[in-house]
Amino acid sequence: MNAVAHETIKFTLNGQEVEAYPGETIWQAAKRHQSEIPHLCYAPEPGYRADGNCRACMVEIEGERVLAASCIRKPAPGMKVHSQNERAQAAQKLVMELLLADQPAREVAHDPNSKLWHWADYQALDSSRFPKRSQPAPDASHPAMRVNLDACIQCNLCVRACREVQVNDVIGMAYRGHNAKIVFDFDDPMGESTCVACGECVQACPTGALMEANLVDEHGVGKTDPLTETNSICPYCGVGCQLTYQVKDNEIVAVQGRNGPSNEQRLCVKGRFGFDYVKHPHRLTTPLIRKDDAPKDANTDIDPANPWTHFRTASWEEALERAASGLAQIRDTSGPDALAGFGSAKGSNEEAYLFQKLVRIGFGTNNVDHCTRLCHASSVAALMEGIGSGAVTAPFMAVEESDVIIVIGANPTETHPVAATYFKQAAKAGKTLIVMDPRGQALQRHATHMLQFKPGADVAMLNALLNVIITDELYDKQYVAAMTENFEALKTHIKDFTPEAMSEVCGIDAQTLRTVAHTYARAEKAIIFWGMGVSQHTHGTDNARCLIALALITGQTGRPGTGLHPLRGQNNVQGASDAGLIPMVFPDYQAVDDANIRQRFEDAWGASLDPKRGLTVVEIMDAIHAGEVRGMYIMGENPAMSDPDVQHAREALAKLDHLVVQDLFLTETARYADVVLPASAWPEKSGTVTNTNRQVQMGRPAIKMPGDARQDWWIIQQLAQRLGLPWNYSGPAEIFTEMASVMPSLNNISWERVERENSVTYPCDAPDKPGNEIVFAERFPTASGRGKLVPASVLPPAELPDAEFPLVLTTGRALEHWHTGAMTRRASVLDAIEPEPVASLNARQLEQFGIQPGDPIRVVTRRGAIELKAKLDNAIQDGMLFIPFCYAEAAANMLTNPQLDPFGKIPEFKFCAARVEPVARHAETTASGA
Amino acid sequence: MSEATFPTQRRLHPGSGRRRKQYQPKGRQASQQALSDVQALLGERPRRRDLLIEYLHLLQDKYGYLGADHLAALAQEMRLALTEVYEVATFYAHFDVVLDESQPIETLTVRVCDSLSCELNGARELLEQLPAALGDKVRVLRAPCMGRCDMAPVAEVGHRHVDHASVASISDAVTNKHIHPVLPAYQALDAYRAEGGYSTLQSCLDNTTQRDDLIQTMLDSSLRGLGGAGFPTGKKWQFVRGYRGPRLMAVNADEGEPGTFKDRFYLEQKPHQFLEGMLIAAWVVEAETVYIYLRDEYPAAREVLLREIEQLQQAGLSPHVNIELRRGAGAYICGEESAMLESIEGKRGLPRHRPPYVAEIGIFGRPTLVQNVETLFWIPDIIRRGHEWFVQQGRNGGKGLRSYSVSGRVKEPGVKLAPAGITVQELIDEYCGGMLAGHHFKGYLPGGASGGILPASMGNLPLEFGQLEKHGSFVGSHAVVILSDHDNMKDVALNLMRFFEDESCGQCTPCRVGTEKAVKLMQTEHWDVPLLQELSQVMRDASICGLGQAAPNPLLSVIKYFPEDMA
Repeated sequence: MNAVAHETIKFTLNGQEVEAYPGETIWQAAKRHQSEIPHLCYAPEPGYRADGNCRACMVEIEGERVLAASCIRKPAPGMKVHSQNERAQAAQKLVMELLLADQPAREVAHDPNSKLWHWADYQALDSSRFPKRSQPAPDASHPAMRVNLDACIQCNLCVRACREVQVNDVIGMAYRGHNAKIVFDFDDPMGESTCVACGECVQACPTGALMEANLVDEHGVGKTDPLTETNSICPYCGVGCQLTYQVKDNEIVAVQGRNGPSNEQRLCVKGRFGFDYVKHPHRLTTPLIRKDDAPKDANTDIDPANPWTHFRTASWEEALERAASGLAQIRDTSGPDALAGFGSAKGSNEEAYLFQKLVRIGFGTNNVDHCTRLCHASSVAALMEGIGSGAVTAPFMAVEESDVIIVIGANPTETHPVAATYFKQAAKAGKTLIVMDPRGQALQRHATHMLQFKPGADVAMLNALLNVIITDELYDKQYVAAMTENFEALKTHIKDFTPEAMSEVCGIDAQTLRTVAHTYARAEKAIIFWGMGVSQHTHGTDNARCLIALALITGQTGRPGTGLHPLRGQNNVQGASDAGLIPMVFPDYQAVDDANIRQRFEDAWGASLDPKRGLTVVEIMDAIHAGEVRGMYIMGENPAMSDPDVQHAREALAKLDHLVVQDLFLTETARYADVVLPASAWPEKSGTVTNTNRQVQMGRPAIKMPGDARQDWWIIQQLAQRLGLPWNYSGPAEIFTEMASVMPSLNNISWERVERENSVTYPCDAPDKPGNEIVFAERFPTASGRGKLVPASVLPPAELPDAEFPLVLTTGRALEHWHTGAMTRRASVLDAIEPEPVASLNARQLEQFGIQPGDPIRVVTRRGAIELKAKLDNAIQDGMLFIPFCYAEAAANMLTNPQLDPFGKIPEFKFCAARVEPVARHAETTASGA
Repeated sequence: MSEATFPTQRRLHPGSGRRRKQYQPKGRQASQQALSDVQALLGERPRRRDLLIEYLHLLQDKYGYLGADHLAALAQEMRLALTEVYEVATFYAHFDVVLDESQPIETLTVRVCDSLSCELNGARELLEQLPAALGDKVRVLRAPCMGRCDMAPVAEVGHRHVDHASVASISDAVTNKHIHPVLPAYQALDAYRAEGGYSTLQSCLDNTTQRDDLIQTMLDSSLRGLGGAGFPTGKKWQFVRGYRGPRLMAVNADEGEPGTFKDRFYLEQKPHQFLEGMLIAAWVVEAETVYIYLRDEYPAAREVLLREIEQLQQAGLSPHVNIELRRGAGAYICGEESAMLESIEGKRGLPRHRPPYVAEIGIFGRPTLVQNVETLFWIPDIIRRGHEWFVQQGRNGGKGLRSYSVSGRVKEPGVKLAPAGITVQELIDEYCGGMLAGHHFKGYLPGGASGGILPASMGNLPLEFGQLEKHGSFVGSHAVVILSDHDNMKDVALNLMRFFEDESCGQCTPCRVGTEKAVKLMQTEHWDVPLLQELSQVMRDASICGLGQAAPNPLLSVIKYFPEDMA
C-alpha cells in the first residue's frame, strides 16, 4: 500500500487537490473523490477499454487548447482540471443534446432506464434544439435480442463487447461519419449473422439500441416493470459463470453477467438466454407412478407432454413409499450389489454428497457413478496416476500470464464459451495459441498453429512432440530431476517416435511438429487445456498421460501461467466427483478399498461400508443385462441418451425390476421408470457448485418450484428415511458442513464463507485467505512427492473405418445445447437457434455422396442407424462426420462404440466407423433447382 | 431448397425440430469459387492484416466492385472476421461494396469532384447531367477534392482524370475506355543525379555526415511541416530519435485538404527530390521501414513512385530502409496523421487520442516519424544549399519558401512557389495574373476547407503559420481559394460543411453529429446563429481531431465577416 501511496499523482480537480493512483484516469480519480462526470461510451466494467469517443465526459485542463475526455486522459502532477466549469459543462451538455436529438422519445424509449436517460436527467435535459436524422429500421430477426438502431449513439461499447471482451468478432462499426452504423458481419440482420448470442452487447449498450427481446414490447418499447434480482451461478458448463437473475412474477425475464472470478460479467447464449426451460409445459409437477399395464420396452416412446399413456399421478407419500420399498426389496432379496445409483453433475455438491452417501450406506454398495465417467474419467485416471490429483493445476484465467497456450481436443468456443473468451483475448494480446483437433473450430482463426490431425492419432502426435523435446534436449533437466520420476523409461520409450515417423500416422508434417514442440518447451510459461477430444477414446488415459508428460518434462506446471487443465464439462462435475459420486472412491478421492480410509468413513457416517469398488456407468448397464443389477435410483442423469450404444443402455433400463428417476422432465431415461419424482431446477434451489477452476460457488434460488416439485436434497432424505436411515438434515448448509468435515480439500471453506464471498477456490490455507489457484509448485500429492511420467504407446481406435463403414463418426456438443438436451431443447431461444438434429460434413464429402445441405440422410454404424439432415461444415475433415448427441429424435449415441478405455472406463465417443446414405432422392429438389 | 419431408416417422423429442436457417454454420459462408478467385488474386502475397486495404484494391480493380462473396472469401483467406473486412471496406469511398450480386452491377465508376473550386466551376451541373448521359453501366458519384483545383471542374473516369471536364469529355473517356492514368513528364533518376541528386543521401550512407548536424541544419533552416501543422522538422526528428527503436517512418502523401495540390505537383514533377528527402529523414531517425501513404486520387503519382522507387532500389540508394508504398482509398481523414497510421495498419482511419503522440507510439505501437511530401522535398535542397538559403526567403516576417496552391477566381491558378508570409493580395497580383475578368475580389480561403474564410479587406495579412489564428483562421496546407463577388459565402460555407460531414470519420459525437446537424441548420434560409455558435464552440472544444475542431471555421467566418450574405 505504501508503494502505491508513494506514486500517487497530485492534481487539482475543480479547485480541490486530489490524488490519482498510477494508471488511473481523471474520470476514475474524480469518481473516487465523489465527483461524478457524465459518461456514455465509457463503462467502468471489467474488460472494457476506455475509448473516449462520445465526448460526454469532457473536462478543461488549464493550459490546453481544447478540452479532454476524462475517461481516457490520465492526470499529470500539478494538472489543473475542471469538470464543472462553464466550458466543460457546456460541452458535456451539448454533446448530450446532440445525441438526444435523434433518440426516440422517452415515452417510447427501448430502455427508459438506460444510462443515456440517467445522464440526461442528471443534466436536466429531455429534448433537443437540433433537427433529427432519418432513422434506421428495427431488426427483430434474432429470437433473443432486439436491434433498434434509432437509439444508437455510435459509442461502440457493443463493438468492444463483441470484439474485445467476448472476441466473437461479429459486430463492427461500418460506413463513415454520420452514416457510421453498427453492423453484424456484412450489415446482415442479427439473426442471420455469425452472432453467437452471448448477449454481451445487450449488457453493454447504454441506450437500449440493443435489448433483450424479453424486456421490450412488440413495438420495441421498454417494459418498466420492477424486477427482483438474485445472484447465483450458471447451471450449464464447467466455467461457472456468476450471474444475476432478473425476475418478475416468479419468472426469469433476463439474466445479467456478474463479476465472478471465472467470467467477469461475461455469459454465453445458454447462461443468458437459456432459462425458460424451468417453465416449460413438460415440467413435472407431481410424482408419477407407472401404470400397471404400461409395459417397459427399449423402444417405448412416451410423449413428455403426455406421460399419462404410461403413468398416473401419485401423492408424494405413495411415490416415496413405492420408490423406497422397491429398492429395499431388491437390496434385501438380492443383496446390496443388485442396486446402483447415478447421481448428477448438474446438481449441487450437497446433493451429490447426500446421494453417494445414500447409495453407500442406504443401499450398501459402491455402485454409484455419474457422467464424469463419460467425460473426463480417463483424464482423472491419468492425473491421479501422474500427479496425485484429478483437478486442474491452474485456472483457465491463468492464460493471462501464459506465453504459449495449447488447446487440444476441445472446442471451447462452443463448449466453454466464456473460457474461450480468455483464450481469444490472450491470442489477441499476442500470445501463442496452438490448437490441436481433428475438427476445425472457431478458435483456429486466432491460433498461431492449427494442427488438424487425423482422428485417433493423438498419442502419435503427442509422442512426436515428446520425442523432439527430449532428443533436442529442450526439457527442463533441473525440474525433471527434482520433481519427476520414470524419466529414463519415457526417454527410452519415446526414441522411435520421431516427427518423421509419426507424421504419416498423425497427418501433421514433421516440421510443424518440431516447431510446436520447440515453441511449447521453450516458452517461459505454457499451459495445456484439453477436452473430451482427448479423453473420450479407448486410449483416452494414454492421451492424457502424454499431455502430463509434456508439462512435467518441460517444468510447465506449478508456476503462474503454466499448468494442466482438463476443461470440465458440467457445471458441477468437479464438485460431484469431489463429493464422491465415483464408485472407486469416497469423497475427496479416498479409495474405498483402503481399510484405513474406510474405517474413517465408517466412523464418520456410523455405518459399515462396502469394501469393494463399485461398477461404473457402462459396467452397470452390462450388469443389468447380466441380471446382476436389478434396481436403480437415477437423479438428474439421462443414460438413455448419454450412454454409448444407447440402444443397449435402453434395453438395460427397460430390463430393470425397479427404477426410480428424479428429474425435471420425463426424460428419455424416465420412460423406463417405475416411479418418477419431480425435482427442483437450479434457479429454484440453494447449494454450492465447484467449477473447472476449483472454485466453490454459491447458487441461490430466484423462483419458486412449480406445482408439487420438491428440493432434491429433501427427496434423497425422504428415500433415505424410508430405507432405514435416521437422517434429518435441515438443508444444504448443514449438509455442506458435514461434507466439509470429511473432505480435507474443503478445509477453511465454510458454507457461510461461500455465502459471503460467492466464490472460494480450494485448496485454501486459512479462513481469511484466498484459495490457491496454482498448485503443486513444491511437490505433488503423490507418495513420492514427484510427478510420474508414464509412457504411452500408439493404439488404434477400437473400430477403424473399412469398406462397409468408410467414415469416422465423431460426436460432441453444440453451443446452444447442453448434454442430452433435456433443459436446453426446452429453452425457447436455444431451441429457436438450433431446433433440429444435423450431421456435419464438408463440401467435398457432401458432393461425393450427392447430398445437398438440408437433405435427409441416414447414418449407420454397427450399433444402429439414425436419420437426420446433412449440414455443410468445412471444419470437418475429409473422411469424417460430426453429430451432436443432444437430439432425442436422432440420438447420436445409437451409433457410438461402447468400447472402454481400460483405465478410465470411458467409452470411445469420439471415434467409430460409420456410413452415410441419402434417405431419398428428391425429384422436387432437382426440379426447383433447375 | 425445397422443404423436403422426412420420409420416416419422427421420434418424440423436446425441441421444436424445425430449422428455418440454412444447413451450414452461422452467417455468410464464402463460396468455393470466390475463395479460389481470392487465392488466385492474392497469390503469394502475405496474408497480413495491415495489407487488407491493398487487397481490397486488388479486388476492386479486378472486378470493378467488391462483391459480398469475394469479401467473405477474403476474410476467410486472411483469417479475419467478416465484420473486420466489411467495416474497413465501407469506410473508404473508393470501395464499391455490392451485397446483392443478383442485380446488374456497374463496373465503372465516374467520380465528379464537388469540392469548392470545382463547384464554383460547374460540378453540380455535371453531376446532374452525367447519369443520363453515361447510362446504367456506369456509377456516377460525387467525390471530394482530387487535387487538381487549378483545372476545375475535374472528374475521374476509372483512374483517368479529366481536367476542365465537360459531359462530352467525360463521355468520350468512358466510351473510349480511357480509364488508366496518364503518366506525367517527370524528372527521372538519371536527370536528378546529373544535377547532384542523391549526393547528400550518399554522404549519409557513407557516414560522412552526422545525424546531429542534419538535425541542426533543419532547426536552423526553420523548415516546418508543410502538411498543415507547421511543426518544426528538426524538433520532430529529435523527438522521434528520443524514443527507443525499432522506429518507423510514414510519409503523409494523403493531400486531401480541398484546394491543395502542391504535393501532387512535386510527386509528378520531381519525385526523386522528394524520395531523397525521405531517405535522408529515414536515415536520421533510423527507421526500419518507411510507409508512403499516397491518396488514391493520385494514380499517376502512384505509377511514378512505383517505377522510381524500384529504380532507386536497384541503384542501391535505400539499403538502410524498406519502402512500402501504400494506397489510400478515398478518405480525407487519413490525412490526419494518426488516422493515416491506422489506415497503414489496414484499419478504418480513425484518429487516435493524444497523448501519446505518434513520435512515441505510432505504427504498430512503434515510434514513428511522420512527414509531409513537400517538407521532405525541401530537405535535399536545404542541405545542399545550406540553411541560410532557405531561411532568407520570406516576406512580411515569414521564413522560407512555400508552395501555395491557388485556385478559384484568378486568371492563372496553380502551384505558386512564393516567399513564406506573402499576402493574398500579393499572390493574386504578382503570381496569378490578377482576378478573372468580371470578378472582384471578395474573400478567400487561406488554408483550404478548414482554414476559415477571410474577407478581401483582410487581404494584406501574411499567409504564414501563427499569423491568422487571431482572426479565427489559419494557413494550414497553404491552399488558397480566391472568391469573388459572384460567390455567396453562405453557399461556400455550406459546401465546406458538407465536405466535413462527408469526410468525418464518425468516431466522436461533436464531429459526427455536429457536422450533420450543422449542414441541416445551414440549409435553412435563416440561420439559427446562436445555436450554430454554441455548436461550433463545442465542436472546437470537444472533437477528437482537427477535422471536427476546424469544421466550424467557415460558418463562423461567414457570421463574422460576411453578414450581408446571410440576409
